[in-house]
Amino acid sequence: MRFDAGTHPSSSVQSVTTRIIIPAKELAVRDGLSNLLERLPLKALSQDDRGTIEIVLAEALNNIVEHAYARFEGEIEISLSLAGHELKCLITDWGLPMPDQTVPAGELLPLGAFEDLPEGGFGWHLIRTLSKDLSYRRIGDQNLLSFKLDTKQSQH
Amino acid sequence: MKLMAEQQGDVLVISAMHDRIDAAGAIQFKDRMRELTQTMTPRVVLDMSRVNFLDSSGLGAVVASMKALGPDRKLELSGLTPTVQKVFRLTRMDSVFVIHANLSDGMRHAV
Repeated sequence: MRFDAGTHPSSSVQSVTTRIIIPAKELAVRDGLSNLLERLPLKALSQDDRGTIEIVLAEALNNIVEHAYARFEGEIEISLSLAGHELKCLITDWGLPMPDQTVPAGELLPLGAFEDLPEGGFGWHLIRTLSKDLSYRRIGDQNLLSFKLDTKQSQH
Repeated sequence: MKLMAEQQGDVLVISAMHDRIDAAGAIQFKDRMRELTQTMTPRVVLDMSRVNFLDSSGLGAVVASMKALGPDRKLELSGLTPTVQKVFRLTRMDSVFVIHANLSDGMRHAV
C-alpha cells in the first residue's frame, strides 16, 4: 500500500488531499478503507459522513476487484480531496473497461417473493444514491471513476 | 468471520463478533450461518450490534442466510448500527427483515 498526502491551496478554499494505491484484492480493499478512514481528510469528518463515504468507496472498489480485474491482477489508486463541505473522489484502475463504457443504472430489483429476494445488485444503487456528479471515463488502458459527496462537517 | 450461537428457549441467538461483514468475509459468513442454523429452533435472531460496517456483499450474505432458513423460519436482526442501518434502508431490505432495536427487545418480542 502506498500513500501520499498534502494540503493544497486551491482558489479561496483550502483542500486536504490524500492518495493511496492498493492491490485489487478484497482484503486489500478492507485494509485500504481502514487506512483512509484513519487519515486526513476523512479522519476529521463525523461518524455519519465517514460511514457514508466508506459505503460508497467500498462498493466502487469491490466492483473493480470483481469485474475490472476479473481476469488478471492489478492495482487501484484512490485520490480524495476535501474542500469545504465537498469531498471529491477519483478512483483509477488499469483493468477491463465497464460494459458499454458506462456506469450501470443501479436500479433496485423488485423485492418480490421470499425465495426470489435479491442477494446482490445493490452496489451501484448505493453509489448513485449517496454520491453526486458520478462520472466514468476510459482513457487508454485506464478506468477513471469520479464522484463527489457532500459532508456535513468541513475539515476546520 | 466469527459467529457465536446460543440457544435461549425457542430462540437461536447468533452474535456476529467481527466489526464488519464485507466482500472479503461474505462467503465465510454465509457458510458459518448455514452450519449454526442446522439446530431447528422456531426463531433465529442475528445480533449485529458489534458490526459497524456492512457492504452490499455482506448484505447479500445476510439475505442468503435468511433464504437458507426456508419459508418457515425467519431471520430476525437486532442492534443495527447507524451505517448498517443506512445500507438496509437504502436497499429497502429493512422492509424484509424483522429488526429489533437491541437483543433484549428481540428476545422479548416473539413474532
